[in-house]
Amino acid sequence: MFTLGPLAFMAPALLLGLIALPVLWILLRAVPPAPVRRRFPGVALLLGLTDAESQSDRTPWWLLLLRLAAVAAVIIGFAGPVLNPQAARPGTGPLLIIADGTWADARDWEARIDRIDALLIEAARTDRSTAVVTLTDPPVDGPQFQPATATAQGLPNLIHAAWEPDAAQLEAFADTLTGDFDTLWLSDGLARDSRAPLLAALEARGTVTVFQTPRSTLALRPARFEEGNILLSAARTPTGSALSVPVQAIGLDPSGAERVLASVDLAFAAGDAVAEVALSLPPELRNRVSRFAIAATLSAGAISLTDDALRRREVALIAGGGDAEGLDLLSPLYYLREALAPTADLIDGTIADVLLANPDVIVLADVATLSEAETEGVLSWVEGGGLLLRFAGPRLAASDTGRMAEDPLLPVRLRAGGRSVGGTLSWGEPKALAPFADTSPFFGLIVPDDVTVSSQVVAQPDPTLAERSIAELADGTPLVTRRIIGQGQVVLMHVTANAEWSTLPLSGLFVQMLERLAVSSRTATTEETALDGTTWLPQAQLDAFGTLTDATSEAGIAGEVLAAGTIGPDLPPGLYASEDASIAVNVAGPDTVLTTAQWPAGITVEGVETAAETPLKGWLLTAALALLAIDVLASLAVGGRLRGPRADVAAALLVALLLGLSPQPVAAQTGSPAADDFALAATSAVVLAYVATGEAATDEVSEAGLRGLSDVLFRRTAIEPAAPMGIDLDTDELAFFPFIYWPVVANAPLPSREAYAKLNRYLASGGMILFDTRDADTARFGSGSPEGRQLQAIARTLDIPPLEPIPQDHVLTRTFYLLQDFPGRTDSRDVWVEASAVDAEQADGMPFRNLNDGVTPVVIGGNDWARAWATGQNGAPLFPVGRGQAGEIQREYAYRFGVNLIMHVLTGNYKSDQVHVPDLLERLGQ
Amino acid sequence: MTDPLALRAAAERQASTLPPLLAAATHLASTVILGDHGRRRAGTGDTFWQYRPAQVTDHARSIDWRRSARSDANFVQDKEWQIAQSVALWIDRGASMRFASSDKLPQKATVARTLALACAILLIRGGERVGLTGTDLPPRRGTAQIGQMATLLAADDDADYAPPDTRGLLPQSRAVFISDFLGDIAPVEHALTRAADAGIGGALVQILDPQEEAFPFDGRTVFESMTGALRHETLKAGDLRQRYLDRLAARKDRLTTLARTTGWQFSTHHTDAPATVALLWLYQSLAQPA
Repeated sequence: MFTLGPLAFMAPALLLGLIALPVLWILLRAVPPAPVRRRFPGVALLLGLTDAESQSDRTPWWLLLLRLAAVAAVIIGFAGPVLNPQAARPGTGPLLIIADGTWADARDWEARIDRIDALLIEAARTDRSTAVVTLTDPPVDGPQFQPATATAQGLPNLIHAAWEPDAAQLEAFADTLTGDFDTLWLSDGLARDSRAPLLAALEARGTVTVFQTPRSTLALRPARFEEGNILLSAARTPTGSALSVPVQAIGLDPSGAERVLASVDLAFAAGDAVAEVALSLPPELRNRVSRFAIAATLSAGAISLTDDALRRREVALIAGGGDAEGLDLLSPLYYLREALAPTADLIDGTIADVLLANPDVIVLADVATLSEAETEGVLSWVEGGGLLLRFAGPRLAASDTGRMAEDPLLPVRLRAGGRSVGGTLSWGEPKALAPFADTSPFFGLIVPDDVTVSSQVVAQPDPTLAERSIAELADGTPLVTRRIIGQGQVVLMHVTANAEWSTLPLSGLFVQMLERLAVSSRTATTEETALDGTTWLPQAQLDAFGTLTDATSEAGIAGEVLAAGTIGPDLPPGLYASEDASIAVNVAGPDTVLTTAQWPAGITVEGVETAAETPLKGWLLTAALALLAIDVLASLAVGGRLRGPRADVAAALLVALLLGLSPQPVAAQTGSPAADDFALAATSAVVLAYVATGEAATDEVSEAGLRGLSDVLFRRTAIEPAAPMGIDLDTDELAFFPFIYWPVVANAPLPSREAYAKLNRYLASGGMILFDTRDADTARFGSGSPEGRQLQAIARTLDIPPLEPIPQDHVLTRTFYLLQDFPGRTDSRDVWVEASAVDAEQADGMPFRNLNDGVTPVVIGGNDWARAWATGQNGAPLFPVGRGQAGEIQREYAYRFGVNLIMHVLTGNYKSDQVHVPDLLERLGQ
Repeated sequence: MTDPLALRAAAERQASTLPPLLAAATHLASTVILGDHGRRRAGTGDTFWQYRPAQVTDHARSIDWRRSARSDANFVQDKEWQIAQSVALWIDRGASMRFASSDKLPQKATVARTLALACAILLIRGGERVGLTGTDLPPRRGTAQIGQMATLLAADDDADYAPPDTRGLLPQSRAVFISDFLGDIAPVEHALTRAADAGIGGALVQILDPQEEAFPFDGRTVFESMTGALRHETLKAGDLRQRYLDRLAARKDRLTTLARTTGWQFSTHHTDAPATVALLWLYQSLAQPA
């Protein structure tokens, strides 16, 4: 390698080729551009003309320079120039690359991987065998040295963990080291005790070089709840100038989407390693927070998950006995208040009031009876997930509640009166508690000796009693019973909430039991004993980057491990849940302090960042190609080929060359312009349509007929149709047309299957087709004439309802004109429409039956209406109708039928109403 | 050409160009409406000129009895003198005429033939006698002449530049020379002076390609004539442009002068211009008295 400042050449010998450039200059200069041969009759006039100057027989200097530059770029490019070449690291033999692989690496993990990659490339160049190890996951059987290229292939699999290296594991790892090797250690920058022994072990094998970047590392400690505020604190290293980092409270908003609920700035004073800030949130918002995060910091240390410690349950306390005056210490709620106040929000009020607040828990202390409405309300609240905690007491004992039948709000039936033991007037000793069974939610709690029960209500022995009992006295009497209702539960403590009947409320067990019942939240400190015997299922886990992933498929973790709180492979940071409680395990503990790692004086410490090695070969070769492309243009220009008769060809080639692989024009859109034009023409106004039968004469008559009808409509009514259109059933969209005239031609082909589907859709969606057999119905509705048979063939597949001849009171007889005949060019009375409903009846005093709604989908007749309607372009009738004046009257009635028909199509049964009743009555002679 | 098959093939190939040529010429000729060719004096002709008293020399059957019945004297109907002119056409068939600078433009030869044929159609329709110079096709009347002329026009010459053929020119007749006049000017001069001596008037039409007018060349170029016989190499074609254009202008000027001194008409037609203009000009110039 030959180095020249920041440049190095992999094959410097090739640079000798640059010497050839002057030779090339002379050669190129001597060769003029090749001439163009042109046929030109005017050459006779040119004979004898000489060139004024003879400069152009040599290549212009700038063109030469261009070509030389291109050649030089090629030579230099193949010489393999490299920008910022990595200086060779001295040393031979195996190379061990160590990364701490902790959460503190997350911020620049990519850079670390790149650095390791660069180190491996370098090692590959010097043929050193390498191994890469992360200290959070050290290989059990020591580092496996491999060729650097093989190691580099495994690099993408290198992951870092959200925890810190375990000292014991590192010790074991140090023991597996054998042979001599050099070590490169990519430090995460945090001091920890386990470093020194490992460093000593590595130094015994060879030189150790450390890569460590001085940079700020932050860790967010778990949030605490103190005096109504959330206390957030964070540690940092190194302690430098003042720094303010935004901390976000993230949780689900009411719509269920995760979002930033609140944000607060955490300000480090200059020189302080720890900063603290209080965040005050409304309880409703506070309970939604699922985690705190230092904004825009990619590390598990910048995330602090929240659990029940922060979640404040809303507990409604309701005592029986109303306003009985008494001492505070005798109040049934006194001990509950004392136990719950630090960890829960308490609500007072009547049951109806507290139900509105939808609390997590309702505590009924010695409340015997509830009103009907209250019972219903509480029951539905319990079914929705509420916890109803009831305490017994004199009133409950005295009442008949749950005596004969199970009370919906009591877990068990109760025997009358309860019992007293160890009292003044009773035999026996107060009873102690039995240890909790392993099916009980209280399993694992230590029962103190001094908890005794002297009075209680007693459950009726029932088949279900055993499974509902979750705590018992030493003699087996149920002390706490529970029944699951819907998603919630009802729990009855068979003693009072004060110290009258037992000493339970005076003991710590009472608080722990409330905790287990999730009445109160767990206090911040986890006591080992409190978690004993429980299993916690991971809900979500943090990876090193601070990304929360679902972990519900992971195995549960014993409470003891959780209580120890040492995060590692056995206990990844995340959220763990048991039945009703959840515990967050965070990277940073409540008193985590970060310190920057200090290395002994003999160790070389380098930065992680490095200027990347950039091979310039590709760039130079590209430049050479570009120069040659320019040379092509320039040569053409100098040779006169960019002008003259073939200039257009040259220009086209040039454009093609420059555009290169220009993308193909996007394929035409599916809607063809013709279809669009058709749709526009059909929909910009009302358009009457006829079926193009393929028989030119018939189509012309249809068109002329509809034109005549359109004109009449235009003149006489509010309908202003555009010119009629012929439609092809196979290709054209029918939905645009309210009305289709279909002249039945005897020998026309039947519509295709698709056309039938389209026609049926059209009829079903409110279109109307007028079938005209044009045979004057001589055959009486299509039995005999060829057109009639054709109509039958056409209609066989059509979805046509039952038909009847137009009844006298059909709405077609009065949509615009009052009609009883429907003549066309012929005057047959048989015109068929959809049959009216069978049950249509004529009401008293009404001229018409109350007929079915909607428009008849088909009108079938044979009166050859199109010919009667047909007019030429000048508006004169094309075909004679009848004779003389009578014929003209018939034509007029044909038009009136057409007007009524189109009115019927467009307005439906609008004219079935009473508008014309007086006139109609008069006309009908009633 | 002794092989009958080859002869037939060649004939068919030739004939295949005729209908389009004829059609184009007919089409072109139809754009011109024939004017009056009367001589404004009594003579042989079809149209009435005047009544004059019958002379003794007049034949009795020539007396117009209808006119004579209205008076005592006998009258004879004189017709207007209508005389047919002989027009001889010369079309340059040299190789230089078979040049077209682009696919979109017709060859100069095509333009020249179309023009000549259209002119012939017009003249024959007007009753004149039309033929080709040389001995192949002396001037005659009748549409059959057009077909023969088209056949003869289709022939090509191998020489780069063909000199005008003045054989067979009738004295006091008219002649039309159509060429690019890019070759040697001396034969043209000779032909024109000879024609003028014989009292022959006419028109010179110079057909040029737009490229020959513009000389849009640059860079090192070898110019070749159509047959390749003439070559001229230049290193900077752009420098020659002005001098070439000067020479072309001088050539046109020379032709104009020549035409003026001999009483002929001269015009230049470009192949990218509509042929109608050239045809109209040609027709007008032939109508002028010599």
